[in-house]
Formats: sequence, structure tokens, C-alpha cells
Amino acid sequence: MKQLNIVLQGVGSTVQLLFRSLSYAGTLPRQWPRFIEQCYMIGYTTLPIVAILSFFIGTVLALEAGYSMSDFGAKEYIGSLVGLSMARELGPMMTAVLLAGRVGSAITAELASMKVYQEIDALTIMNIPAAKILVLPRLAAVLVMMPVLTVISNIVGWFGGSVVARYVSSLGISPEAYFAALRHFTKFKDVMNGVEKAEVFGFVVVLVCCNIGLNTKGGPREIGAAVTRAVVTSLILILVLDYFVTKVLV
Amino acid sequence: MDSPCSKTRNPFTGAEANAVGVKVDAVCKSYAGVEVLKDITFEVQPSEIFVLMGPSGSGKSVLLRHIAGLELPTSGTIAVDGLDPSLEATRDRVRLALVFQDGALFNSLSVYDNLALYPREHRSGDEKAIRERVMHSLRILSVEDSVNKFPSELSGGMKKRVSIARALVTEPQLLLYDEPTSELDPVMSATISEIIATLKNEYSVTSLVVTHDRALALTISNRVGILMDGELVTLGTPDDLNKSKDPRIVDFLNPKIDIKHPRFKELETQAPA
Repeated sequence: MKQLNIVLQGVGSTVQLLFRSLSYAGTLPRQWPRFIEQCYMIGYTTLPIVAILSFFIGTVLALEAGYSMSDFGAKEYIGSLVGLSMARELGPMMTAVLLAGRVGSAITAELASMKVYQEIDALTIMNIPAAKILVLPRLAAVLVMMPVLTVISNIVGWFGGSVVARYVSSLGISPEAYFAALRHFTKFKDVMNGVEKAEVFGFVVVLVCCNIGLNTKGGPREIGAAVTRAVVTSLILILVLDYFVTKVLV
Repeated sequence: MDSPCSKTRNPFTGAEANAVGVKVDAVCKSYAGVEVLKDITFEVQPSEIFVLMGPSGSGKSVLLRHIAGLELPTSGTIAVDGLDPSLEATRDRVRLALVFQDGALFNSLSVYDNLALYPREHRSGDEKAIRERVMHSLRILSVEDSVNKFPSELSGGMKKRVSIARALVTEPQLLLYDEPTSELDPVMSATISEIIATLKNEYSVTSLVVTHDRALALTISNRVGILMDGELVTLGTPDDLNKSKDPRIVDFLNPKIDIKHPRFKELETQAPA
């Protein structure tokens, strides 16, 4: 019962934070520097790890698909499998997972530290809402950067698959054949479905991480606990939302 | 509680506003069943310097956080200029500032940006006017050389002074101080006392100061309240306090170091051989 109460409180405070942040949406043009800074933090600093991970996901997908599809004499279709898997599922999900680990944890640590060291109280006294200057620019930035990261993740993943398809001796599929199959089966709609998923995941991850950070109580030790809680909650939410968003989009 | 002739004057623009008072009425606060504030009632008059003293852990800072609207009492009411300080609308109408014990400076911002945040967010003037205001505040506290530093590069005392400068930039009608002279040398402590007194005398700013600093309390305050174990045990002018015969007050204001105290004897007997 106590656990359920904690979960409901968390949901309530997250929804409240969302509406409070959105109520300051009109101030976003004046917060341009903060928005750009957050775009840099969310997009630019996450890009290298997204690229590395996506490349190897693409390679593994091509390898596994090639191994299985060779039995049916269908290894020419590796490109279609890698293309669709990356665009519809793995691109957005892995980007969101990396966002939770790389950016979400940093957001929670920063806001939790501000809470513990009374910086949030100082903002409250100055009548400067944390939802306005700390949460809103991050939410706006993630909405802009998630599609960019997801599309880059897809492209790098597809490229990783093509490298394996070409250079692994048991496959030996030319890049032309690989990308022809990819183009034939992967439609623009599939990429857009993935981007929409990524938007939902990214928005929820940033919102949840902000909320957990702003509600941290206690001393410095709680900052670490808050970060762990934020990352775990984000990962669970990504997987749960993945099912429901996929169901809506299919 | 409002005195019609009592006006605060903005130290930067000279603009006048009503001085505000504080009314604390039967306030109690409990954390997990432990009562930390017990039926506290007092008023701070507009333009008054009111000092709250008391031993560590007596609930002074908790009470200050309630007056600042950062926490809600379990029972009782607090009013700043007749309004609930925990509401955003009250902070829109009454300019209230709190000098935190640890400074609570924004670590990711430079000293300049720490001070400029309030006027920028509330659009009080262009960048040139904001710069003048910030530099003026820093000069009052003699920390203008630290304008480009970050809080992590400042000593404890410097952080405190920057924190007071940040409070001044908000042009407060009510200024709350949590241990403003802790971590400061005697000269800077005296300067802070002078600043508090000047803000009252020149600009009629209402000040509520939580402190252990006996000199500050007894020299610049209009009235002093002493809090012990969450109870307001006495309230009066510095003269009243000096003349008090209450042994708790006398012991608190004039502590004696007794190395022959039974507590030390007990510790000696318990010490390992």
C-alpha cells in the first residue's frame, strides 16, 4: 500500500510538473540561450555514444539475420530486416535508453544537487519557478533533438549492417543489393513511426528525471539514490511505453 | 499591522513601497511526530529589525523557512503583509529575500549571473541598468572583485557576502537572514550588522535575523525573541533581555566555560585506560 502511494505521488507530481512547465511555454523565446545549451547537452554530447552503439546494433542485426536467413536462401533481404528493425524499434529505443543513462542521470543529479543545496529554495524565494527555467528548456530541447538523434542512429545502424553484409565472407552482399532491399521494405512512414516513438520516450525520460531531481529530499547521499531511481524508472517507462506506442502506431 | 507612514525606499532607484510586517500566529510544526515548533506567536512590525536567537536545534531556521513560505506549518498561520507567504501571488506583491546560511548560490552561474538572475527574469531594466544594480550591490558588500568568479572559487565568508548582495539586488521589502555573520571575521560581521541597520534606517526594510551573534542581536535589533526547544521563551528589547533574571536567558546570553563541570568528570571516568 505504501509503495502504491509512492508511485501515485510520483505520477501526480510528474503530471503537475508537466502542466506547470507548459504554462510557461510563452517564455521560451526569451529563454533561447538556455534552450540552445540544453540542445547541446542533449544532442551533441549524446551523439557519439548513440553513433557507436547504433553502428554495432546494425552489425549484430545483419550478422544474426544473415545467419538465420541463409538457411532459407533469403540473405539478400538482410537490408530489409536491418532497415525496419532500426527504424521502427531499435533506433528510437536505444536512443532513448542512452538518453536516460547519459542525459537523464545528469539532469537528475544536477537538479537534486540544486534541491539539496537549497538553490531551488532560492529560486522559489525569488519567485522564479524551477519549472520555467530548469524544466521547460529541457523539454523543448529534447523534442527538437530526439528526432535528430534517432534519424542519425538509424542511418549509422543501417550503415553498420551494410558493412557486415559486405565483408563477412558467409554473407557477401553488395551495398547496392543491401540498400535496395532496405529501400524497398523500409518506408518513410516506418522512419516517422520510430521518430514519434522517440519523441514520446525522450519527453517522458526528461520529465521524469526532472521531477525526481526536484523532489529529492535529504542530504548529498540522496542525490545518488535519486539518480539511480530516475534511470531505473526511465528504463521501465521506455519499455512499457514502447508496447503501448507501438500498439497505437501499428 | 501596516503602518501608513512606513515606506521602504528602493536603494537603487529611490522608489517607495509600503514597509511590510510579519504576523506569526500559534504556529506549530511536527516532523514524523516530533514537534519542532510549539505554538509560536509574535509580530514583526514594518521597518523593524527583529532578531531570533536560541541554541542550535531550537527551531530558528525552521521558523524562518516557514516565514519565507518554503514550508507550511502543521497548524497556525503566518502572514507577510497580511498575505500567505507560501503563495506565488504573495511573492509577486511583496518583495521578499532570504539570505541562506550556506549562501545557496547557483553553482553553475558566475557571481555576476547569480545577482543578475532576478532582475533579468523579472525584466527590471535593460542589461546596462542590471549591470549597474549588480555592481552597486557587490560594492556595498566589498565583493566587486569576485564578479567573474564562480561560487566554487569563493570562501565561505565570500559566499555569504555575495548571498547578501544577491538579496539586495531583489530590492526587498522584507529581508530574512539565516545566520548572516557565521563564518565571517569580526570586521565583516560588524559590516553586515551595519548593512542590516542601514537598510532599516535609510530604506525602512523590515529585517528578521536568525543568529547566534550576541553583539549583532543586542546592538542593532529593535526586539529579540529567544527560541528554546521549539518554544518562544522570551520576547523583548535588547535592554529587557540584558535585565532578564530568567536563568535560561542569563545562561544563554552569558555562557560560562566550566572545565570542572560534572559532565567532564563523567567523561574522564569513562575514558579508556
